[in-house]
Amino acid sequence: MNAQTIEKLKILAESAKYDVSCSSSGTVRNNKKGGLGNTVGGMGICHSFAEDGRCISLLKIMLTNMCIYDCAYCVNRRSNDVPRATFAVSELVDITMEFYRRNYIEGLFLSSAVVRNPDYTMERMVAVIRNLRVEQRFNGYIHMKSIPGASRQLVQEAGLYADRMSVNIEIPNDNNLKMLAPEKNLASIYQPMKFIHQGVLENQEERQKYRHAPRFVPAGQSTQMIVGATSDSDKAILNLSSALYRRPSIRRVYYSGYVPVNTYDTRLPMLKQPPLVRENRLYQADWLMRFYNFRVNEIVNDTYPDLDLDVDPKLSWALRHPEAFPVDINSADYEMLLRVPGIGVKSATLIVASRRYGHLGAFQLKKMGIVMKKAQYFISCRELPVHTINELKPERVKAILTVGSGKKKIDENQLEIPFEK
Amino acid sequence: MTVFCYDKTFEGLLTCVFDAYLHKLFPDTLVGEGEPLPLFHDELYTCATDTQKADRVWKALGKKLSNDAMRELTIAWMADGYPKVDELLFRFIRKAVDAPKSIEVNFADQDVLALSRVYKQVSYERMRLVQFARFQKTADDIYFAPFEPQHNILPMAIEHFKDRFAGQKWIIYDVRRGYGYYYDLHTVEEITFTAEESEAILKKGFLADNLLAEDELLFQKMWQTYFKSIAIKERRNPRKHRQDMPVRYWKYLTEKRK
Repeated sequence: MNAQTIEKLKILAESAKYDVSCSSSGTVRNNKKGGLGNTVGGMGICHSFAEDGRCISLLKIMLTNMCIYDCAYCVNRRSNDVPRATFAVSELVDITMEFYRRNYIEGLFLSSAVVRNPDYTMERMVAVIRNLRVEQRFNGYIHMKSIPGASRQLVQEAGLYADRMSVNIEIPNDNNLKMLAPEKNLASIYQPMKFIHQGVLENQEERQKYRHAPRFVPAGQSTQMIVGATSDSDKAILNLSSALYRRPSIRRVYYSGYVPVNTYDTRLPMLKQPPLVRENRLYQADWLMRFYNFRVNEIVNDTYPDLDLDVDPKLSWALRHPEAFPVDINSADYEMLLRVPGIGVKSATLIVASRRYGHLGAFQLKKMGIVMKKAQYFISCRELPVHTINELKPERVKAILTVGSGKKKIDENQLEIPFEK
Repeated sequence: MTVFCYDKTFEGLLTCVFDAYLHKLFPDTLVGEGEPLPLFHDELYTCATDTQKADRVWKALGKKLSNDAMRELTIAWMADGYPKVDELLFRFIRKAVDAPKSIEVNFADQDVLALSRVYKQVSYERMRLVQFARFQKTADDIYFAPFEPQHNILPMAIEHFKDRFAGQKWIIYDVRRGYGYYYDLHTVEEITFTAEESEAILKKGFLADNLLAEDELLFQKMWQTYFKSIAIKERRNPRKHRQDMPVRYWKYLTEKRK
């Protein structure tokens, strides 16, 4: 532990930062005697927030950033001239333990570039988490990346130590993936995901027979897709997500707006800044699928293959379906309340609980935290004027709700010429 | 205006409820002993805390409310940073007693809604301690974390830290209220420093260098380096940064140490 370690930490954190996932939820584990740490399940704990507004829950770090691959979208590709470093197993274990003792982190997110071959890389990663769990008796959260091409035995062993494992799909379309990452294909990425999935299913069966059988990846797996690096539509991305969510082992799909790291590569688009709005809309659509009972073809379909950047996907659905409104607050069922723009899961629960005591009026709705600015056009209750979407027409409602939101319409993808003053 | 004066304890508040029903006299405002009275008051009732009366009120309340709601009540009581939380609780208890069935999920009622908000605020504040407490290792192997919560939430988070850091000695100290907890590998006990002591220990929120363990500053440096490197420049978003990690907590955050 010295100044050199700090330098390594800096290099390897910078290599790992483009991974989006940072959740520490999904497992409840108490500390054991002589051990360190626990996991709280439920919401997970964010210990800090970086200046880009993303949470820091886990020590997100690469074991090494020396890579044999040359993927166009990746900062660690072998043809890039970036500083390279590798952690010794004991070094990384020490840092994790010391950070955890000071309550800086909730656990470790271990990733790695592929060095020599997938199995060699994976073996070293497993060595780190084995050391943490077995020798150090660490009970905090561990998220480990699975390396495409690694053997099933290694995935199986890693799964016994890790809470969550993940493989990044990155590009949802095989042809685009081959163009940007010639050494990869979708089948090779789905392979480790399949290993994890099978492991989880087998483990479920086993634990039904033997209550104390060790858990295998108890927090399931997640994946990530890059947005805006290829021509893939939101429809392609969301259809893939929805298909993934049908598998019980997949807990989260992350979307990562493409940050132009390799500007010299002509296979990639020139962007002035990452497509943050589009990324946000994709997350909103993702939430609609997971918590609001929306089907994917209600959000994007052949007529509307891309999400509207001006309004969120729920409002966009509502504007396309004026026949479903107005919704009567005092009698509509929970599922329908959830579809009203301006009412979320929390407010819908509050409404359903409170209306048993008496009629709810606009004043009470506002107090409860319903966004009346949006909701007023889609609901009916006492004391509300009757200007709903059906009287005003969807175009008008959209105009009212988007006015003033775009300060100055700038095309994010358009490069600007900086003029000297 | 009717004023009730009591000793600012939870039992005291429950006794106030008991006496109010006994004398059919309901307060418009509650004040603590020795606090200045409001300008225009015509009746002052001093309420002597009586645990038996408090117990009776608590039991009666238990028949009206669910266990969850009772828990919310006690937790909301810890919101000493919230103005006049005792009056809110008094109104809530009175409504709960008067209503024929439980009112706890009638969020159309202002006091029920306000109480659930206060409860949430206190729970968030507890979460903030769990998130943002930063331990510094001292030369005698004690991990020390000072904190300044808005509400009095230290007791609620102790179980969490006791389980998580069972193998190390630690102190979590509420600098604003001047008390803390010390865990000596077996039990947790309450401790207090005098003002001079805490001044001598803490320099701008951090322990003086001569009190620290040998490698403590190295790990602080490491964490600061990591914190800087993990942010993506192109996505800088200071507003979100401050929203999720409010500036009032920065004083004791290692990554924000100047």
